[in-house]
Amino acid sequence: MSNRSKNFFKGIKDTSPLMIPVVPFGIIFGVLAIDLGLTPLTTIAMSVIIFGGASQIIFLQLFSAGASSLVILSSVGAVNSRHLLYGTVLSEHLSDLNLTWKIIVSYFLVDQAFAVSNEHFKKNKKDKDKYFHLIGGGLNCWTIWQITTVIGIYLGSIIPEKLGLTFAIPLTFLALLVNDFRKFINVIVILVSGTIATLGYQIIPFKAYVIVAASVSLLVAFNLTKFRKKNNE
Amino acid sequence: MSNITLIIYCGLITFLTRFSMIALLKKEMFNDRIREVLSYVPSAIFPAIIFPAIFLDNNGSILIEDNPKILAAIIATGVGVFTKNILATIFSGLASYWAIIFI
Repeated sequence: MSNRSKNFFKGIKDTSPLMIPVVPFGIIFGVLAIDLGLTPLTTIAMSVIIFGGASQIIFLQLFSAGASSLVILSSVGAVNSRHLLYGTVLSEHLSDLNLTWKIIVSYFLVDQAFAVSNEHFKKNKKDKDKYFHLIGGGLNCWTIWQITTVIGIYLGSIIPEKLGLTFAIPLTFLALLVNDFRKFINVIVILVSGTIATLGYQIIPFKAYVIVAASVSLLVAFNLTKFRKKNNE
Repeated sequence: MSNITLIIYCGLITFLTRFSMIALLKKEMFNDRIREVLSYVPSAIFPAIIFPAIFLDNNGSILIEDNPKILAAIIATGVGVFTKNILATIFSGLASYWAIIFI
């Protein structure tokens, strides 16, 4: 097996345990999209073009609330800003690639692939084909995401509305925060953001409550970390 | 803007956030301070989706009494803190929600 294939299959293997929560997430997305009146084709187009669970679900949430295109676009941008961090962390390992490979790798840079490939890159700094690990992991996520979207589309026409599956949206995002519940600053940031969004939902114009809440609470995070640093010095 | 145009723009912005740092970054551009603050991005954004979906009714008014989502979300949070497991959090929340509305 070539070195590239070895890296590629290692990426698939390493991301596999992380695919378990992706399955219900993808299915929930497909079900909700159909519930909210998107066509199956538009739903699949979203999973292929955007290829990001949180982005796609916030799209649906704001779309169904009647938010404008600009608000949807900027909220998707805000949800995606964590990728800037991923790119920052990985850039030192990927700086030698040519533009085409950088584009391909970027398309596959999802949370799960980042998590495992970052570890892999740190351990295999000298392997020039190591980026195939990220492509393997990303392609694994991609495949699972498309399949579960289609399953969701199919189930969306069967599952009764009475089940209240839209409640799965906040639960899914809640679940993505499980590692932050025990950290003091994170808990403060979570409460500030949630309170502003809830109270501001009706008041803040253009349904921009997500962006307003996120900006203010990031500012709080900025100040709290500064305060903590000062106290530790 | 048609739905598909909006989706393409959203796809583009998603791609650009993934691509920009890999393509442009010289290592020194982001200091540790910015990195640290960026690590709070999920905690800053996700609650803005979570809280309104739990505490507001279909008309956007705050609903505290007779709202099964609140108890279900508290149970899910408890399970999340205890297990740190994504699946357990989602399903404990859904299961308790169904238990409250159907029983």
